[in-house]
Amino acid sequence: MTALPSSSLLSVDGLTVRLPVAGEQRTVLKDVSFSLDAGRTLGLVGESGSGKSMTVRTIARLLPEGAEVTGGVAFDGAAVFDLRGEALRGYRARDVAMIFQDARAYTNPVRRIGDFLTEAMRTNERMPKAAADRRAVELLAKVGISDPERRMRQYPHELSGGLLQRVMIAAAVAARPRLILADEPTTALDVTTQAEVMGILQRMQREHGMAMLFITHDLELAGAVCDETIVLYAGQVMERQSSARLHRDPLHPYTAALVQARPDIERRAVRLPAIPGHPTTAYEAPAGCAFAPRCRFAEDRCREGVPPLLALEGDAETRCVRMPGLRGRMLQPEEVVL
Amino acid sequence: MTTVAADARMLAREARRLRRTGALGASGWTAVIALAVLVAIALLAPVLAPQDPNAVDLSGAYQGSSAAHLLGTDASGRDLLSRLLMGSQTALVGPFLVVLVSTILGTLLALAAVWFGGWLDQAVVRVVDAVFAFPGLLLAILATALFGSGLTAAVAALSIAYIPYIARIVRSAALRERSLPYVAALRVQGVHGLWISLRHILPNVAGLIVANATLAFGFALMDLAGLSFIGLGVQPPTADWGAMVGTGMAGVLQQQPQEALYASALIVITVAAVNILGDRLTERSEARS
Repeated sequence: MTALPSSSLLSVDGLTVRLPVAGEQRTVLKDVSFSLDAGRTLGLVGESGSGKSMTVRTIARLLPEGAEVTGGVAFDGAAVFDLRGEALRGYRARDVAMIFQDARAYTNPVRRIGDFLTEAMRTNERMPKAAADRRAVELLAKVGISDPERRMRQYPHELSGGLLQRVMIAAAVAARPRLILADEPTTALDVTTQAEVMGILQRMQREHGMAMLFITHDLELAGAVCDETIVLYAGQVMERQSSARLHRDPLHPYTAALVQARPDIERRAVRLPAIPGHPTTAYEAPAGCAFAPRCRFAEDRCREGVPPLLALEGDAETRCVRMPGLRGRMLQPEEVVL
Repeated sequence: MTTVAADARMLAREARRLRRTGALGASGWTAVIALAVLVAIALLAPVLAPQDPNAVDLSGAYQGSSAAHLLGTDASGRDLLSRLLMGSQTALVGPFLVVLVSTILGTLLALAAVWFGGWLDQAVVRVVDAVFAFPGLLLAILATALFGSGLTAAVAALSIAYIPYIARIVRSAALRERSLPYVAALRVQGVHGLWISLRHILPNVAGLIVANATLAFGFALMDLAGLSFIGLGVQPPTADWGAMVGTGMAGVLQQQPQEALYASALIVITVAAVNILGDRLTERSEARS
């Protein structure tokens, strides 16, 4: 459980999480490792159930009761799972902040926006009400909300989804945390609002020099926002590499399939290629590579034992045994490869 | 026959409307007014009572209505109206104290159990179930046997006996509330558990607590009246409705049922009003959640 001292702000090492479901412990994350430096942005992409949210929830210590965790999460060299009581509260209050997908569900519907924003300041920093209110108004103005004084007195249901998500961002940066955990912050918003909210989030991140762990299922967005991207499948890291290269040069057949499954403005497609089969969870994953049953490049050796994470040149990793032989060939039409 | 069926349909429709909207409705407001009148009577009883409720006049026992004694007198020639008015004080204060103590303690216990979870929650659930197994009245009789009869012992015993009733309901509601996403958002902001429990979870389950406290008031009134009836609650000569039903029993055998009748009627009216209001409040808290 004790984490190795590391220069990274956040380092996750061999993280495995099991949750009690229907009376048995089911694996939801399997041997997840990565690190994130101060001020950088790391993307986590993957389908529903791939373990993206569970990863950030583990980092924020928001796991349900009965969860079993092995491996380590270290924040600034301190083991997160060794934190107790006040130390844990301090870690959540000052070091990390979280932005959720559905801002409406994550606000108490019967409390005003002002109460929501000033709550942490007043209870954690013991700020007097007037000062906390002033700061909250400043924050609202900073995230581009007009007439912040009026918004302070409104209830969550009176605000649109985009506005409420901006309030969440304001609340998240209020304590000047060093790490923001953003769990699909723009998924529930329409496209134009999405762009605005992303812009605000990135500006806040730059101004405060915060690191961000950004969850999305949108490969384009991850490419635009993140320095590095991790692709998760069935609770495992499938590949990790710089976001800029992810689309052009995927390092895992799963990523390649995801890249091909999205529409491209420069390519005429009669029908978008879908990935056959359905996403699996870590618990149901087959003995070999979790993606093997859906992979068009799968060979017999893919089904024998979980492939190790293979380091590639240019600070990248993949969990595909056919790499690097397959590199650069996965985006070509089927006939060429087979 | 058709009008009866139509009436039944109309009543059913009205009941559905109340359940859906959470409005108090005519019955709820009637109960509120009845209770307001009862509380006013209890507060003003010393002013309103025409005579000393404890003034004995043995030669004037079992009188009918007259200008001097509007509702007649009891076996000791005491003025019934005065005794009924003064009796409303003990009849309302006793259950109020029971509900106050058991609601506060039960709610705090439930909130603590829900927040900390784990073994504490399990311990609270087991203890609450164990206390639940004892009828409140039995516990109160036991308490009066130990500490002597009187209102204090009865109220203390019933307060403890009613804790499980409140704690169970608050626990299940708070457990649901705690699993809502906004609580996770508060936790990850580092907001203290005590603050979340008292400032967020408690206000959001408060409607349910008030509704159940109201219902508990009715039960407590019945239990306390029952204890006074068998002579373990309020002690003579203090006027109390339950005790008056008890002493009035002798009159019933002598064709003089007034005392028992009036006191019983007041108990029934009060409990009915409290229960109707409690039901409406429960529906209201369900309609709004």
